[in-house]
Amino acid sequence: MNAPLTPSVGQPVSRVDGPLKVTGHARYAAEFDIPDMLHAALVLSTVPNGTIAAIDDEAARRAPGVHAVITHENAPRLPYRRMSQRPQVDAQSGDQLQVFQGPKIHFNGQPVAVVVAETLEQATHAASLVNVAYEEDEAFTRFELDRGQRPSSGNEKAGRPAETQMGDADAAFAAAPVKVDATYIQPREHHNAIEPHATIALWDGDFLTLYDKTQWVDNDRKEIAHVFGIHEDAIRVVSPFVGGAFGSALRTWPHVTVAALAAKVVRRPVRVELTRRELYTSVGFRPHTEQRVALGAERDGTLTAIIQEAWTQISDYEEYAEVTLDPARNTYACPNVRTRYRLVEMNTNSPCPMRGPGVATGLLAHETAMDELAVALGMDPIALRLKNYAEKDQHKDLPWSSKELRECYRIGAERFGWAGRNPEPRSMRADGQLVGYGMATAAYPAHRSKASAEATLFSNGTALIRTAASDMGPGTYTSMTQVAADALGLPLEAVRFELGDTDMPFAPVHGGSITLASVGTAVEAACRALLDDLSHVIGADLSGPFAGLSADDLEWRDGGAVRRGGGEMVPFEKLLRELKLDKIVGHGTSAPGQESKTYSSCAFGAVFAEVRVDPDLGTVRVHRVIGAYDIGRVVNPKTAHSQCIGGMVGAIGMALLEQAEWDERFGRVMNSNLAEYLVPVCADIRELDAFFVESEDRIFNPLGVKGVAELGICGVAPAIGNAVYHATGRRIRDFPILPDKLL
Amino acid sequence: MVPLSYIAVATPEAAIRRTAEGQGAEYIAGGTDMIQLLQEGIVAPLELVDINGIAFDDVSVAIDGIRIGAMARLSDVADDPVIRERVPVVSRALYESASPQVRNMATVGGNLLQRTRCLYFRDATTPCNKRVPGSGCSALDGQNRVNAILGGSDHCIAAYPGDLAVALVAVDAELMVTGPTGERTILVENLHQLPGDTPHIETVLKPGDLITAIWIPLAAAGRRSHYLKVRDRTTFEWSLASAAVSLGLHDDVILDARVAVGGVGTKPWRLRHVEDMLVNQRLDQALARAAGECSADGAEPRGQNAFKVTLLRRTVERALLQIGGLA
Repeated sequence: MNAPLTPSVGQPVSRVDGPLKVTGHARYAAEFDIPDMLHAALVLSTVPNGTIAAIDDEAARRAPGVHAVITHENAPRLPYRRMSQRPQVDAQSGDQLQVFQGPKIHFNGQPVAVVVAETLEQATHAASLVNVAYEEDEAFTRFELDRGQRPSSGNEKAGRPAETQMGDADAAFAAAPVKVDATYIQPREHHNAIEPHATIALWDGDFLTLYDKTQWVDNDRKEIAHVFGIHEDAIRVVSPFVGGAFGSALRTWPHVTVAALAAKVVRRPVRVELTRRELYTSVGFRPHTEQRVALGAERDGTLTAIIQEAWTQISDYEEYAEVTLDPARNTYACPNVRTRYRLVEMNTNSPCPMRGPGVATGLLAHETAMDELAVALGMDPIALRLKNYAEKDQHKDLPWSSKELRECYRIGAERFGWAGRNPEPRSMRADGQLVGYGMATAAYPAHRSKASAEATLFSNGTALIRTAASDMGPGTYTSMTQVAADALGLPLEAVRFELGDTDMPFAPVHGGSITLASVGTAVEAACRALLDDLSHVIGADLSGPFAGLSADDLEWRDGGAVRRGGGEMVPFEKLLRELKLDKIVGHGTSAPGQESKTYSSCAFGAVFAEVRVDPDLGTVRVHRVIGAYDIGRVVNPKTAHSQCIGGMVGAIGMALLEQAEWDERFGRVMNSNLAEYLVPVCADIRELDAFFVESEDRIFNPLGVKGVAELGICGVAPAIGNAVYHATGRRIRDFPILPDKLL
Repeated sequence: MVPLSYIAVATPEAAIRRTAEGQGAEYIAGGTDMIQLLQEGIVAPLELVDINGIAFDDVSVAIDGIRIGAMARLSDVADDPVIRERVPVVSRALYESASPQVRNMATVGGNLLQRTRCLYFRDATTPCNKRVPGSGCSALDGQNRVNAILGGSDHCIAAYPGDLAVALVAVDAELMVTGPTGERTILVENLHQLPGDTPHIETVLKPGDLITAIWIPLAAAGRRSHYLKVRDRTTFEWSLASAAVSLGLHDDVILDARVAVGGVGTKPWRLRHVEDMLVNQRLDQALARAAGECSADGAEPRGQNAFKVTLLRRTVERALLQIGGLA
């Protein structure tokens, strides 16, 4: 009855939550049906800087169905207690935006009032009746490099230094026989996950429950506890499903406070769901960034100088900074490297991490510059990268815990057919279109954080694993189920995995591609703890089949216990039943160890793109993208593949379509909807494929995984841009590459 | 969204009565644009008159032309064998419009009346003469990449966004309109008005007017026709520039020509001077080039939309090359 199980890790398992999602049974934040719930609609500022002079909310208050109009004039004062240690998802200096606590306006689109009504339509209408008068101040809405300021010490300590210097990059650059020096622009981009951010807040006495879209329930709870000055134990955050986030749901945004505040005022549950337009100012975005990259090399391609300088936008109330210049410091071996990082304060809402934060931006410039250098050298772009292969993390001066990037270049080039590329620009054509091949390196650092999980084995032979993690789409539910099934020796169907609730064991942020390495190892540890416990119990059961044995003598497979070296398998059901146990529980935690100080860990890839460019009309279509990746051990090739090609889709947007059209007069994104903010549609996607090279990083963590998500968007946009250059002979450094720029 | 009432009607008479008499009533058919306009607070009718119950949704062929019911859905018209065969420019323009889902909802009558995608018209927080007369035009010196280079004024440079109307101009199509004063026909070419100093007045339609059908004369249906649309992404986007070309050809000599362009004008834009230079000429690469070259004559670019001058020229040239089998 128990056929031998093959390990599930490594198998292309379909999403365990797939049926729930495609049948509409997966419940997202806005969809919880709470009795007596009221609806909220925001009133947003329409000026970029100033103070509220007057608010006329009479008409709104009298509108049908309205329960409350909350503004800074009548809102309860909130303590907004400072956190002793800022979570890494928050800006590392400055103060978060406080809602309805004063008349100051920092940006166009700032919440200035909320209307709570019986229905969403009533709330929205009443919100339109609120009249706000402003005293406007001169606004900083222009991105000016001259106004760039050094990051504060908080950000410098968090790995966003104002200046770094290794060797003497400027002297080496001046002396280099071959050099390139150019400026690259990446515009403000928005996450535009398909699920809008939403929060339902429900107070039961002093206990607050939040149904929220978040990538980190534990921090959501902590943030709101600090905002309201209440104990974390008095808050529960529930977030079982997240409909895409790409980083926009890492931190706790003001609308979560609005929901909790409004619910407190009206003494009823309140739902806040942001509109698509509101998402452009109510959550963050990938900041507009301009970079200068100067590369110097010997004639044989040996890099002698790397200079990369980045200016990026921040809000005027807090300082969100990125690791934009990490790629300059550690992607290639070079004795002379200098970086400079500057922040340009503007009247805007704060930016935040968006898939591959900083790194994707830095690589966009760096990998385009590398392509320009290859052209200047008359050298194959892969050969140039191999020539300067980084055998260690030269910035940290640490060895890599694993690195199979050479194999990525080899396999990627082979699968793509790179050898068929005529290096001469404008030399290849098909169907009347210019054909271009381009490539770039992808890399994203692998991190892990402390995590915990609880595993329960029931007397019916099934297991339940719980941890306060999240699954915004990569497949956490599935990969964790696989890890637990293998650890317990159970079939996948016998394991249920739950996440997204602060009542569960703590988990770190679901971001930065750390989930599998962090939570996966905790899940494995919890399962081990459970089995250790079980082995004690059955070893001590003198009448049982494993009397006197210890954990070392036992194996767990095919749904039960077997004596190591052979013997009959005894199913879990039987073991627990005979022990008269309903269940047995194990707790596990995992955390990075000394290896995080003695090694540098990173996921790598080589990305190849083919574009077709209309020679007269300037339209660019991506014919195919092929990536070869070193992500460590692949727990689920199917979901990992999905993550990689999903990243490619995002990067096609980054390369060719996405940009916030910012009007400096209003300090406002004018194309704040999905009709005018262009992302790729299905017809833009042709052949996308990802391959995984043999890799396993047991130094980094016991599972041997490195993480996928961020890596998937890294390196793709520059590969596309480089392909456009190869197709047309035109180097576009101002992204996205729209037809205008190629006419 | 301002509270409004809703009524569904089954006959043109009922529809017209409702909108001609009632203050602030507007028609809703497929609703693919109307819902956006309502949600964004760009329009605020007191009543929506749902005309989906009016069964003018067939394509029929008469001895002298093709009649398309105004309530026909874009997808049905695009797929219609008569339309595909006789006026491919219309079928093609429809396939290039929006997405399959939108095409299944949207009606051809409503599509002709879709409002501009000017970013400032669509964002109710900014000045816009079309939305709020006299408030000013933010697009003149703003984010105007999608705006018009032809037909603009100091008050408005909003581009007409549709494809179907452009194709219909190229086949001499007329609209059958029923209104409070009876029935009349309007050339599609004359439906839209230049913005001038009244950009909020977009068409010659009067309150209560209901488009009941589109009429394509058979003479036009006998010409060879083609629609070319250029945009940033492959689909589901309005045009940066488009060209609808319809040519009466005899042995490669152009006997009759219609050239209309979209995405570049404040209304569907007919290029009569280009038509004139095509007639009685042999369609070849040189002619296509020459015709393309002068297709943007009179353009007034305003900053970010300057590229449309070149793009328009090349789009017209390419459309002519394609129709002549030369591309």
